[in-house]
Amino acid sequence: MSDKVKVTIDGITVEVEPGTSILNAARQIGGDIVPPAMCYYSKLEGSGGKCRTCLVKVSKGSEKDPRPMPKLVASCRTGVMDGMEVQNITSPEVIEARKGVVEILLINHPLDCPVCDQAGECHLQDLSFEHGVADTRYEFDRRTFEKIDIGDKIQLHMTRCILCYRCVYVADQITDNRVHGILGRGDASEISTYIEKAIENDFSGNVIDVCPVGALTDKTFRFKNRVWFTKPVDAHRDCPKCKGKVTLWYKGEEVLRVTGRKDQFGEVEDFICNTCRFDTKNTSDWVIEGPRHISHTSVISSNHYEMTLLPVIKENPILMEANKIEFDRATKV
Amino acid sequence: MARKLLLGNINVPGIHTFDVYRQHGGYRAVEKALKTMTPDAVVEEVKTSGLRGRGGAGFPTGMKWSFLAKPEGRERYLVCNADESEPGTFKDRYLMTHIPHLLIEGMIVSSFALGAKTSYIYVRGEMMPQIRILERAIAEAKNAGFLGKNILGSGYDLELYVQPGGGAYICGEETALIESLEGKRGNPRIKPPFPAISGVWACPTVVNNVETIAAVVPIINDGGEEYAKVGNGRSTGTKLISASGNLNKPGVYEIELGLPVEEFIYSEEYCGGIANGKRLKAVVAGGSSVPILPANLILKTINGQPRLMSYESLSDGGFQTGSMLGSGGFIAFDEDQCIVRNTWNFARFYHHESCGQCSPCREGTGWMEKVLHNLENGHGKMSDIDLLVDVSKKIEGNTICPLGDAAAWPVASAIRHFRDEFEWHITNSKTAMEQNYGLANYADPLPKLEEAIQN
Amino acid sequence: MLSVTEHKEIEFSANLISKFEEIVTRYPEGKQKSALLPVLHLVQAEYGWISPEAMDKIAAFLQIQAIEVYEVATFYTMFFMRPQGKFVLEVCRTGPCCLVGAEKIMHHIEKTLGVKEGEVTADGNFSWRGVECLAACGMAPVLQIGPEYTFYENLTEDSVDKLIENLKNKI
Repeated sequence: MSDKVKVTIDGITVEVEPGTSILNAARQIGGDIVPPAMCYYSKLEGSGGKCRTCLVKVSKGSEKDPRPMPKLVASCRTGVMDGMEVQNITSPEVIEARKGVVEILLINHPLDCPVCDQAGECHLQDLSFEHGVADTRYEFDRRTFEKIDIGDKIQLHMTRCILCYRCVYVADQITDNRVHGILGRGDASEISTYIEKAIENDFSGNVIDVCPVGALTDKTFRFKNRVWFTKPVDAHRDCPKCKGKVTLWYKGEEVLRVTGRKDQFGEVEDFICNTCRFDTKNTSDWVIEGPRHISHTSVISSNHYEMTLLPVIKENPILMEANKIEFDRATKV
Repeated sequence: MARKLLLGNINVPGIHTFDVYRQHGGYRAVEKALKTMTPDAVVEEVKTSGLRGRGGAGFPTGMKWSFLAKPEGRERYLVCNADESEPGTFKDRYLMTHIPHLLIEGMIVSSFALGAKTSYIYVRGEMMPQIRILERAIAEAKNAGFLGKNILGSGYDLELYVQPGGGAYICGEETALIESLEGKRGNPRIKPPFPAISGVWACPTVVNNVETIAAVVPIINDGGEEYAKVGNGRSTGTKLISASGNLNKPGVYEIELGLPVEEFIYSEEYCGGIANGKRLKAVVAGGSSVPILPANLILKTINGQPRLMSYESLSDGGFQTGSMLGSGGFIAFDEDQCIVRNTWNFARFYHHESCGQCSPCREGTGWMEKVLHNLENGHGKMSDIDLLVDVSKKIEGNTICPLGDAAAWPVASAIRHFRDEFEWHITNSKTAMEQNYGLANYADPLPKLEEAIQN
Repeated sequence: MLSVTEHKEIEFSANLISKFEEIVTRYPEGKQKSALLPVLHLVQAEYGWISPEAMDKIAAFLQIQAIEVYEVATFYTMFFMRPQGKFVLEVCRTGPCCLVGAEKIMHHIEKTLGVKEGEVTADGNFSWRGVECLAACGMAPVLQIGPEYTFYENLTEDSVDKLIENLKNKI
């Protein structure tokens, strides 16, 4: 007998530890049935439940109590029960609700992707592309805020914020003194320090990595390049403050930015310190491990050196020659 | 005259003082419970009474109490929800102002039943005068030995404190109230865990409305069975109804559940009819969040039965043709009132009061308000009506707490029953700025069931 | 975000501090953050509004981060984040009050005081604003005036005129 509980999501059964959330059970299965998550972050305690993009339908509560749950539930904050059956992409109700959430998340978003550093690795872009509709029915002025610098390394562009609260949890849990938070109420809520204060802390830069949109960006990378023109390489160094395991983003020979290593769900494997992130940008500072694997569906892969040549090119010397420069550049670390 | 279990002595001069309250049988329930009953027996009595939460949800109180976790060595708390903010509801203000000791007495008995040694009354901050009244009443009760250490020699200790809110409707939601009591923003918590397991300071907690707590006093005095004899079906006991709007005699009335709505509106014992000789157009029967009904559907159910003031009868017909008793905030609209303007007003309220934590409510309430503002001010389009219905559906059921539903229902129901009036606002936008749509056919005899469902 | 141009040191009176201390005793050990709302009310009653300096002082007293006070003070609508008139007339603007003329009362107050919602009269004595449901719908229209939050019910234009006259005499 195992202590594990069985849960079926979109017809696929998986056994997970008791106390696992539906979302994490779905992540163990992987693939298309994983609900999107804009506010939940597995490494931040208490996160989740807010954005409502991960809503799913529980069509059977458990083996013991098979009644369905009356409303759609946030899969990130609902624990699995033995025998539970969940519908995500197989439920039209879920798909419709999720469309609604995407539309609602976008009504006050500036859609300034062409000038946003997050474009290409923005979860809201992915979400809209995968789960949204092409047009909006919103006809009113969008909410705007002044851009503010919170310290010399981080910029807060509140207009883009979707109020996921992740950066607040980072400040509470990863740094030792939170100076920013959520002010105001309702749709007038904003992330702010209230009284102009720099966020100065060895780990404050992690707010950039956890931000699902372009609300918190790295000023040392600001307007340097589009992320899909840069090449991610895993590297590490001996760092007294953090594990020193990072991804370096190259353009040619130059490291344009340093981030934590993000997994397939966009979450960093380890939080990194500000020294690694902002002040260690020479290749000589790092031990290079190799190319960072990026999902082939990501826009970043479009210019990625893990370029696999199509068989038709490999077999044809003329095509091979024509693609040589591109192939050489892409495979050069 | 109907039986008055809560407000029977409300007109006795000085009833707000301990001495007068005591002379009129006050604190008998404390004596009975602490001296002759076990905490479990009190819970059983409340279960027998069939009392349902008076704050709006109508959940059986005894059952809620029995869910309270009782881990060894851990404090338990009772918190009274006096954050009365639901538009149309003002019964708790009335009760706390005029007969504060009834609440204190109920708090002592209920705290004893739940094993709470410290209890709080969370009062909305705007009710500063009521906070002072309650603090004075608590001091009097303590002075008389009904609070503090070893109450009436029973060995039971209880401290009771009043906590002010700061101006936030959302703190009427029990987990937002708990957050607020902890000195935080009033963001509702994600459930589970429920407060009965992990509430204030992560301790097991029960949150009950003022009227619910007050109702425990007659239940203990007369027995749960006696209480259950009053009322109608599963709507036992009496209910305080806050009557407002275009009525001859607005105010707080204690009714026996099951009273016909028509009698409540038109009899001299209660509201005395519609003010200024006008005709009734619509009613919001349970506070602003419940669906609005046109005059014909509030007086009779779709089957032609008289509509009663009870949980069951008011919800008869579901949301298609019914509504809810909610918190008992009974708002009457006369023939001169504009449903579009009122719907916009309510939408603005929910937009203003959304905590902003979850996205459908944060963004959706503002969107609905803006569209309704356009409609009310002559800039609406026909497609706006369906857009509103759709946005309300996107919010309803998809939020962390019931505020999303509360914001969606008034909009959806106003369009469901008053679509003609919304359309008229669009097709006659200039006229609509100067005059109202009037009564139209909203008080006409009801169509047959089949037709109504088709529409 | 608020930019502080001039930093004014403030000192809470001994009387105020002793009230804070009493409030803290109402909660279990270590849960003094619960005192935040009552403390904010006391500070606003004393100063008429909640300044950033006052919030920093409150944070220090309750041993919490300043941002925790800012977050809470800006969430609840009763707390003023900028100075107000000596008397703030807060008129209920929600549905039931509007059914019996609250909008007319607000227009009348605006005309009488000569300032828009949220503004302060030139003499610094009055400001007014519409607020959401005050749970007094049966006595509508209503307004309240802090810091005692005295209630004025069944308002008419005449009763509002008298009220403003009375308040002027108190100055």
